[in-house]
Parts: sequence; structure tokens; C-alpha cells
Amino acid sequence: MSETLNYQFIESRPAPMRTEGFMPWIKSNLFGNWQSSVTTFIVGGLLLYYVPQFLSWAVFRATTVNDADACRVAGVGACWGVIKEKYRLIIFGRYPFDEQWRPLIATLLMIALVIASCTRALWSKWLVVLWVAGLALYFAIMHGGVMGMSVVPTDRWGGLPLTIMLATLSIIFAFPLAVVVALGRRSHLPAIRTFCTIYVELVRGVPLISVLFMASFMFPLFMPAGVTIDVLIRVLAGITLFAAAYMAEVIRGGLQAIPKGQVEASASLGLSYWQTQFKIVLPQALAMVVPGLMNNFISLFKDTSLVTIVSLYELTGSLGLALNSDANWRPYKFEGYLFITAIFFAFCFAMSRYSLWVEEQLSKSKLR
Amino acid sequence: MSEPIIKFDKVNKWYGNSFHVLRDIDLSVAKGERIVVCGPSGSGKSTLIRCINRLEEHQQGHLTVDGVELTDDVKAIDEIRKNVGMVFQQFNLFPHLTVLENLTLSPMFVGNMPKKEAEEKAMVQLNRVRIAEQAGKYPLQLSGGQQQRVAIARALCLTPKIMLFDEPTSALDPEMVSEVLDVMVELAKQGITMICVTHEMGFAKAVADRVIFMDQGQIIEQNKPDAFFNHPQTDRAKDFLGKILGH
Repeated sequence: MSETLNYQFIESRPAPMRTEGFMPWIKSNLFGNWQSSVTTFIVGGLLLYYVPQFLSWAVFRATTVNDADACRVAGVGACWGVIKEKYRLIIFGRYPFDEQWRPLIATLLMIALVIASCTRALWSKWLVVLWVAGLALYFAIMHGGVMGMSVVPTDRWGGLPLTIMLATLSIIFAFPLAVVVALGRRSHLPAIRTFCTIYVELVRGVPLISVLFMASFMFPLFMPAGVTIDVLIRVLAGITLFAAAYMAEVIRGGLQAIPKGQVEASASLGLSYWQTQFKIVLPQALAMVVPGLMNNFISLFKDTSLVTIVSLYELTGSLGLALNSDANWRPYKFEGYLFITAIFFAFCFAMSRYSLWVEEQLSKSKLR
Repeated sequence: MSEPIIKFDKVNKWYGNSFHVLRDIDLSVAKGERIVVCGPSGSGKSTLIRCINRLEEHQQGHLTVDGVELTDDVKAIDEIRKNVGMVFQQFNLFPHLTVLENLTLSPMFVGNMPKKEAEEKAMVQLNRVRIAEQAGKYPLQLSGGQQQRVAIARALCLTPKIMLFDEPTSALDPEMVSEVLDVMVELAKQGITMICVTHEMGFAKAVADRVIFMDQGQIIEQNKPDAFFNHPQTDRAKDFLGKILGH
């Protein structure tokens, strides 16, 4: 066989139909077949009907004068004046009016800490020190009694600072707890496994409201006379324990997905159980469950609105306080709710975008 | 002959209550000896070598590795694992770490080696398996053959006395088998004790001092490679060799 077969090399050619770009996208996604064309027309029609109406109410016929009488004039749309008039009450709740610069500064400090923790370049041991110092400062400013600041008891704390503080702290405390519980549920030691399973099943079996009621009303009944724990701490502990159970199950899902070979390879290299968990298993497991964890974080952020029922007036509660007590402005609650909706949305959307960024960073090691 | 580096003495193992996977295994491996283990699937080959670094526990008999008997003593297991490197069929590289980090992990956290020294040593091993230029990449960016060579380099980073290979080429595309076998042949020439579960008969003929044939949890036959492949003693081995060489 001295003769070799000849073949013609075929150059790569462009695809005959364009599939990328704006027009091809519209054609394939909105008018791909008759069902999708009909749906596009119906949805388009509804948007054309309702969006102008909403804009007319919210923008063109709206008034921004903070005068309740101006809002009662016939034909006036949204009354944004209510926000102008009440925004400090809505945002800071029952915190003493003249001292509201304190929650402002403290909350900005906390947000700065959160943003720093989300920045990859700053991830180091110093972050922990920064948090401890930051939280000490936070509570000093909020509670007062030092540096000439008057004492503001925790039941006067409220509004957005309370929402942010409850969400941030419960996430910070719940996450490590959830990791431990998730590992515990997979432990070879029956006592630890059983304990963690019971904890998760118990907590998942009750609504958050009942946990909050127990934390604020029932728990003090079981304390020895004279011993009191601040209601804020009790509620914070309740939310933390509640959130940790859900997070633990999300994390456990990630742990299940790590192939056994990873643990075996780690063991064959002489790494201990904890080294294997922290260096090999958890980094991969957590990377896999980022979307699920962020789900938990976002829902936790919104669940903090339930603390209103135990008389801690966070953002939704302080809106009620601000408007219910004033007959002039009470009719314009809807505008108030739109206002805090925008605040909640801004925070949740930021969290959601951050989680997408984290996913992107993590997927870099998986690129082929 | 000096004291064997690995000694199985009537070792038995069961999976669950009824599956008797290792049956009365007696085996002595001399220092520097190169052994190929073969046999049909499910015959206990992998379990046998996984007992050596305690990825599997035996339930009866005595197993001594490098002078230390394997028991529930965690310290002893850690000590043995430092001296035994293992290469897996599915590579089992850590996908979230770069190639270099895969190699330095154990020296740094088990051997308490400074980072710089660990990286230098890792580069020596990567050069040895001819893949130094990939040090900064992540495992999944490499081909199967490259990944398996990284896995070999990772196992070598602890400077083990014994290397275990569990079907190292079975998960590879045919084109990549030879690059891994070449590295293994080179390693075999350097005097390290090797136990290799494989069906690569060419490799066995080229480097093995002894071939062990297993079936149904027992060591059925052991011999020098030439003698084993050309004159198998048992019908079971003849049948097996007929199937894998018969095409």
C-alpha cells in the first residue's frame, strides 16, 4: 500500500441563516410561529393599554407638593408629597427625630462593611477584625450612652436601619451555622447526625411568625426572675436559627453533588476530615449552590418585615406608624407602599446581581 | 530478601453481610517491586489496592505497610497515607484549584512546607510528567491524558515510597493512553514500589516484576509477566487472557 488517499480540505463557511442580532432575535422569539405571534400581540396590546395609564397617574397627573389638600383636588394622580412629608418617619421609624443622624451613620457603616465583604480584593483575615470593630461601633452609635449620646432603647429602633441590621446579622450568623448543620447531617456519628436532622425538621415544620412569637413572648416566661434578654437579640436569634435550617438544606444539596472521588483523593493525599471539608468539599459545594443560597438571603431580607408583629417596627411597620397616625395623609398609603417597594427592590436586585457576578467568577475554573 | 514493604496476611473483606470481596489474601511486596494486578471486573483488584491506603477497611487478617499495621489508629493511617501515593481511574483532580494548587495542597497543609518550596517541588514533578507549561490552568481545561499526568505528579509531590495506580488509563481516549503509560514506565525505572491495576499488557510486559491475577476475590495466579502471558497455569487465567488478547 504505497498509495495514499487524497481528499479535499473543506474551508469553514458562514451559516446560511443569520441567527444573531436584533431582527433575527425578534423574528425567532416573538413571531416564531402563529401561537407566539398571537401571544406577542395580546401582551403588546395590554402593555399599550396599561402602561400609559400608569404613567399618567404616577408621573403626568402626579403632584409632589407636600400638602395633603393639593392631593385632594379632582384629577390629581399620585400624591408623592406624602413621601416628602413623611420620609424620615418611614425610613427611621420611632427612633427619636433629633437623633436620626445616628441610625443614618450606623447604617451607612454597616452597608460599607457589607460592600467591603463582597469585594474580592479585600478578602482576608482583616475583614473579621473589621466586622467586630464595625459592629461594636454600630451598636455604640445606635444605642448611645457613650460619647455624650443619649441612650435609645432597642424598642425605639426601626425602619430601614432595623431591616438592614436584622437581615445582615442573621445572614452572618446563620451561614456558618448552616454549614455546620449541613456537615452534621452527613456525619458518620449517629448522635450528631440525629441532632442536626431533628433541628432542621423541627424548624422547617413551623412558620417564622410562630418562631418570632416564641422568641418575643414565650421565651421570657421561661427565664429566671430578673434575667432579661433584649427583645431584639431574642428576635435576631429566632430569625438566625430559622434561616440556618433552610440554608443547611441548600448547602447539603451541594455537598451531595460532590463526587466521592474528591474525598478519596483528598484522603489519599493525607488531608484530615476538616481539611478535606474546608479545602476540597465546601468550596465546590458552596459554588454550586450560590443561586439557592442567594434565594435564601433575599427571602430572609424580606422576611424581616414580619418582626413588625412583635412590635419591632422595621420598614413596613414604620410606614404603617407614619401614615396611620395622621388622618391627612392616611389615604395615600399606596404611594408609601410603592416607595418602600422601590427600596426593597433596590436591595434585592443588588443582591441578585451580586450573586450572578459570584457565579461568573466561580465558573472561570470550569471553562474548557 | 529484606522485610517486605507491604504484607497482606490472610486479609478478608466483605461489602455488607454477604459480598465477600477479598478472600484470604496473602501477598508480600518487596521494596522497589513493580506489580501489575489484573483480572475480570468485580474480582477485587481495586479493593485490594485501596486497602493499602485505607480507602477501604479490611475486616479480618493483618495488613502491614512500611512497617506499620493498618488498624483504626488514625495517626497510623495518616502516616501511611503520607508514604503512599495514589492515582485514580477518574483522575479526581480538584477542579476548583489550578494544576499548581492541586500539587502544593498536600505538601503545604499535610507536610507544613512553605508555599515557595512546595511550588518549586511541584514544578519539578510537573516537569517530570512533561506538563510544566500548564501549571496555571484549571484541570478541566486539560485533556484526559494531561489530567492523569497531573494526577501522577500530584501523588509524587509527597515523595511517596509506594505508588498505587487504579486503572489509570481506563477512562482515557485511546489516543492519550500512551502519554500516560510513558510517564509510568519512566517512573517504574526509578525504583519506586509500584502496584498497578491495569489491563495494559504491553505495560505489564515492559516493567512488571510480577503479574497477579485475581478472580472472585482471590489471588488465583502470580508469576513473572512472560511466564504468565505465555504459559498461564490456570484455566481461569487462560480464559481471561484469551478474551483480552484474542482479537
